Amino acid sequence: MDMLAGKVKMTQQSVNNGMNPTDMLERPIRLHAKDVTVHYGAKQALFGISIDIPDRAVTSFIGPSGCGKSTFLRCINRMNDTIEGAKVRGLIELDGEDIYDPALDVVELRARIGMVFQKPNPFPKSIYENVAYGPKIHGLARSKSDLDEIVVSSLRKAGLFEEVKDRLNEPGTGLSGGQQQRLCIARAIAVGPEVILMDEPCSALDPIATAIIEELIDELRENFTIVIVTHSMQQAARVSQKTAFFHLGKLIEEGVTEDIFTNPVNKQTQDYIMGRIG
Amino acid sequence: MTNISTPTGRQASIERTRRVRDGLRRRHLHEALFKGFGLAAIIAALGFVAILFTDVLIKGIPAFTQANLHLEATFDPAIIDVGPAPVRTAGQSDADFRAASLGWQRDVALLNWNKVVEASLRAAAPAGFEIDSRQILTVAETNARHVLREMFVNDPSLLGQTIKVDLLASANADNWVKGNIDRELGDAQQQLSAPARALIDIFEENGTISMGFAWSIFTNVDSRAAPASAGLAGAFMGSLFMMVIVILLAVPIGVASAIYLEEFAPKSRLTDLIEVNINNLAAVPSIVFGLLGAAVFINYFKLPLSAPLAGGLVLTLMTLPTIIIATRGALQGVSPALRQAALGMGASKTQMVFHHVLPVTFPSILTATIIGVAQALGETAPLLLIGMNAFVASIPATPLDQATALPVQIYLWQANENRNFFEARTSAAILVLLGFMILLNAIAILLRTRLERRA
Repeated sequence: MDMLAGKVKMTQQSVNNGMNPTDMLERPIRLHAKDVTVHYGAKQALFGISIDIPDRAVTSFIGPSGCGKSTFLRCINRMNDTIEGAKVRGLIELDGEDIYDPALDVVELRARIGMVFQKPNPFPKSIYENVAYGPKIHGLARSKSDLDEIVVSSLRKAGLFEEVKDRLNEPGTGLSGGQQQRLCIARAIAVGPEVILMDEPCSALDPIATAIIEELIDELRENFTIVIVTHSMQQAARVSQKTAFFHLGKLIEEGVTEDIFTNPVNKQTQDYIMGRIG
Repeated sequence: MTNISTPTGRQASIERTRRVRDGLRRRHLHEALFKGFGLAAIIAALGFVAILFTDVLIKGIPAFTQANLHLEATFDPAIIDVGPAPVRTAGQSDADFRAASLGWQRDVALLNWNKVVEASLRAAAPAGFEIDSRQILTVAETNARHVLREMFVNDPSLLGQTIKVDLLASANADNWVKGNIDRELGDAQQQLSAPARALIDIFEENGTISMGFAWSIFTNVDSRAAPASAGLAGAFMGSLFMMVIVILLAVPIGVASAIYLEEFAPKSRLTDLIEVNINNLAAVPSIVFGLLGAAVFINYFKLPLSAPLAGGLVLTLMTLPTIIIATRGALQGVSPALRQAALGMGASKTQMVFHHVLPVTFPSILTATIIGVAQALGETAPLLLIGMNAFVASIPATPLDQATALPVQIYLWQANENRNFFEARTSAAILVLLGFMILLNAIAILLRTRLERRA
């Protein structure tokens, strides 16, 4: 176990050397969840999840398939609303505001909390249109040149601009898998969200594309609060500062990433990290 | 029995292979049989289509050419014994002038214009050719006298002049020239008298009769008295009006209800019930829609009988389920990833549907719509029940005028007692209808490939 932990720690340091653990714990809380339960019809998928997510850091949710980590992620921008028969109870606050308050418009919420999905899903439109869509529907650009600027800067932030600058009018679906996923990230950040949710963003990508996205996540941390669901423990160790381990719909353990991987308190967390469950 | 499941020994292995090989022979046989059956089915289906098309083409194509008479007609003052056309005098009121004009036109109509037709035919016949008046008139179509009268009414100065005119040969003459009539039959069985047949042969030789493209099929309305001048113009306009009504009503209503049911309606017993009913409606025989149309649109809403408006409404009802089902199918086929992407960006449900889902499904909705409209255009049964099988001898100017439709025209001609001529006309009408359908389908395919390439 020591060997594995050492390896994880090394890779973590190589990518993630900007912040030390105590720093992270002192950061303000952006998202606060208390006793969140989710039912899909008669089946309960989440059991009383309570967690705080720090500002401008990467928080990762890990756990075996079907453990509820994606379900919880989808509660944060109310994507579960779109699923027939899904019922969410409990409290989730963004900057102290209850996101399930009936007075709050879900459209506004999703402008503040962007999402990147497991499979790259660019719109079947041009690269430009993909990035411009969010600012357009939310009325963020005052003029065409404004919009151009948002598109270019978003593509730059997503590290895609240099690769696509000559073909902004070509369809986004023509890009490679990794480029498509970065286009989806550019699309999400074009709206200027405060939080970005990523649901296994690299699971459909090859190792090189994965490495590029991981680097990008590390850079985005400067400006955005990021929550990432991943089934890869190495990825969680490399990119996140805080880690939460889910199992069978429950939050088993959460804490500073380094602690979770080197010094897990819970037996189940230990087993998962050692590869005994999952 | 040997236990072949235990993989030990060479003997067991040989036995296993043998059994697989035995099974293989049977499996290949099944595959070959199934392939053969499929191929036979395709050949049979293609064969039937080929028979249909060959028959229709062989019968229909000759109907697109027609025998024309090139005559010199004399507007003989001895026959056209009528005063000068009234000229408007100073101080005469509109009503007075119109009354005078109509009176004069009535006088003109009462004249025996057949005499003018007969004289012009005789002028073209060789000197001394013996044929009586009744017989010689069977060479020209019965509408010839109306054509000459109209010329005179439009230009009274023709009185006393001799001018070249092109008239249609009669349906019987047309068939005689085309060789559709057996020349060996005795006089008793012939529609045309012996002198008339001889005269037609002479006319054909001296160029008085020539074959030309039958524009009358496209420009004339239906006719019973003059089959050679019967055309599809009225039926075509009727069908066109109905098509426009179906497109204007069925497409927006159908697509909108499909979008609502698929994207917005809460899943409940009521929506389930509506869904089942829509699916069942698509299977309701079309004649039932005709009954409904007669009861609702004609009896209750008092829409005029035989009007393309009523027909279009009936066909709209009939097409709606097709369009709704096809549109819902297309919407269901859109990947959830695209919907999530749009919702995740903060698009509202309406924005998701109109910005992302509809553009993707547009090609298939369009194809379904055009196929639905084409189906409606080919429908006859419901139109019979709202009086669109009436004989209409005018081109409808508005959707409220009496009209008939292309498939109904085919039905009417097919049922006509003058089979000798109308068989060809029926096939020609079928060809026009098929051409129209192929055009619509070609547009559907063209638009779809265009839009799919763009997406």
